[in-house]
Amino acid sequence: MRYMDDTVVMKRMTKRITANKVWKTLFFLATTFALVTLAVLLYRIVTQGIDYLNIDFLMNFASRFADKAGIKAALIGSLWLMAVVAPVSIILGVGTAIYLEEYAKKNRINDFIRMNISNLAGVPSIVFGLLGLTIFVRMMGLGKSILAAGFTMSLLILPVIIVAAQEAIRAVPNEQREASYGMGATKWQTILRVVLPAAIPGILTGSILALSRAIGETAPLVVIGIPVILQFLPNGLLSQFTALPMQIYDWAKRPQEAFQYVAAAGILVLMTVLLLMNSIAIYIRNKFQKRY
Amino acid sequence: MVSQKEDKTSSVQQLIANSRNQKTKKIVEKAMPALLFSAAIISILTTFGIVFTLIFETFEFFKRVSITDFLFGTKWLPFSGNEPLFGILPLIAGTLKVTLIAVVVAVPFGIASAIYLSEYASEKTRRTVKPILEVLAGVPTIVYGFFALTFVTPILQEIVPGLKLFNALSPGIVVGIMILPMITSLSEDAMSSVPNSMREGALALGATKFEVAIKVVLPAALSGIVASVVLAISRAIGETMIVSLAGGSTPKFDLNVTDSIQTMTAYIVQVSTGDAGYGTTIYYSIYSVGFTLFIFTLVMNLLAHYISKRFREVY
Repeated sequence: MRYMDDTVVMKRMTKRITANKVWKTLFFLATTFALVTLAVLLYRIVTQGIDYLNIDFLMNFASRFADKAGIKAALIGSLWLMAVVAPVSIILGVGTAIYLEEYAKKNRINDFIRMNISNLAGVPSIVFGLLGLTIFVRMMGLGKSILAAGFTMSLLILPVIIVAAQEAIRAVPNEQREASYGMGATKWQTILRVVLPAAIPGILTGSILALSRAIGETAPLVVIGIPVILQFLPNGLLSQFTALPMQIYDWAKRPQEAFQYVAAAGILVLMTVLLLMNSIAIYIRNKFQKRY
Repeated sequence: MVSQKEDKTSSVQQLIANSRNQKTKKIVEKAMPALLFSAAIISILTTFGIVFTLIFETFEFFKRVSITDFLFGTKWLPFSGNEPLFGILPLIAGTLKVTLIAVVVAVPFGIASAIYLSEYASEKTRRTVKPILEVLAGVPTIVYGFFALTFVTPILQEIVPGLKLFNALSPGIVVGIMILPMITSLSEDAMSSVPNSMREGALALGATKFEVAIKVVLPAALSGIVASVVLAISRAIGETMIVSLAGGSTPKFDLNVTDSIQTMTAYIVQVSTGDAGYGTTIYYSIYSVGFTLFIFTLVMNLLAHYISKRFREVY
């Protein structure tokens, strides 16, 4: 029997332990890369945009002159857009999720719906823009209106909301449903009074995150042909409008350097809105989500 | 209090009234599934809408431009007056250049940080880093595009000689940063779901953490990791605003990454922001490009789905 040679073992061990340490550092640096990028991105935009960000910027309409350009039409337009997207996408999304989780039997149609939703989630947003342009703008004759853009955005974020709502509904333990049936409640009563209230925090969190994606999404709006330089506010759902990302896109691609700062200021407004929405979502998640 | 309670216990009359209510109840019970089903149908209609729109308008396009010219043409010059050329290869080349650069950036960094988070980091670190990655994933692409154009490109111009203001390199890198959180988070999920007993077995045999990560966890989670990469590629192919801000609008069929390019998505944006009249060949061309893009991403998504299903290890 050969005994292990201590010196050889020690030599190999040191090598392996060093390799472990080196790689650990490399992995750590890779992780910090993402964090540093985020920090640099935020720092750049804040330093570029903060000087332009003032009450005038929020209260002015778009302008050909950088120092007069404002974001009022875009900010209000984005709010109008959300007023369409939020109800439409949440009602359709939660409805679909309830159907899939509570009613759908295992058959071909329902399997197809499930597969279809996961595929829709991977369709590029610009393709949704083409869909919106053809169906809502041209075929339904809605024009480049809030309604047309709102429907397009709703369809775009629908898969996200459905998946979030499905997870929230699935997390409600079956004992609660059984208890409700045991008390003589019907299926719909159980869903409405037991399952949904328990699932609402999860549904809301997912919906807010999906809506914040809709606020930042630019490509579908560009394809639909949402105008940028508007000197009026929308006065109804069929009215023309512009939105925050559209306005930023327009400023960012202008050749004059001054507009870079205006674009940065616009991004600050957009990011503030997003941050606000995300913190609401996180607050709801932490405060109301129950673990069974 | 007592009298109220007595009111609530059902008398015979109330039972009769209740049974009348049963009727409306029954209607609701029957109507709701149908109503909810119609909501679920919307998502199918959306898919049909997308597919039919793209097919119909692309069909219209192929009445004017031959399919072979479209598929194999190496020149994309839709705006050149009398003799426009519609060969999609330059747009595909632009898209693939950006995607490739993005993958080169995102895959090593993404998988490395996934390994760090799942194998080395403490629970606390993981809990802080993951939400930050979520923020990175939630940054609108228009912001990334602005970042690429005004920050990354000028820096790269200092390093890479002859780099144009619009190029493939800068948007490629930034698209890589955009898809990075997706790879990290999905790969981390895959690696975290490898059972601890496997790690402990390897550690007990004297393996270092690095050896455990590379030789045990990585192979076990490989299908999830590959699927995350394929999904990220699909996202990179369909990315629009970064490439149309920082990539330029010169479709070229070559391998140069320092020159201005055009991707499929950027072309659609260029036409949409210009004045291509309804019914013109250029108008229909955005659908043919959109259709090509759709096919590319669909294949990627199905592939990712297949990989994660087919090769999923069950513990």
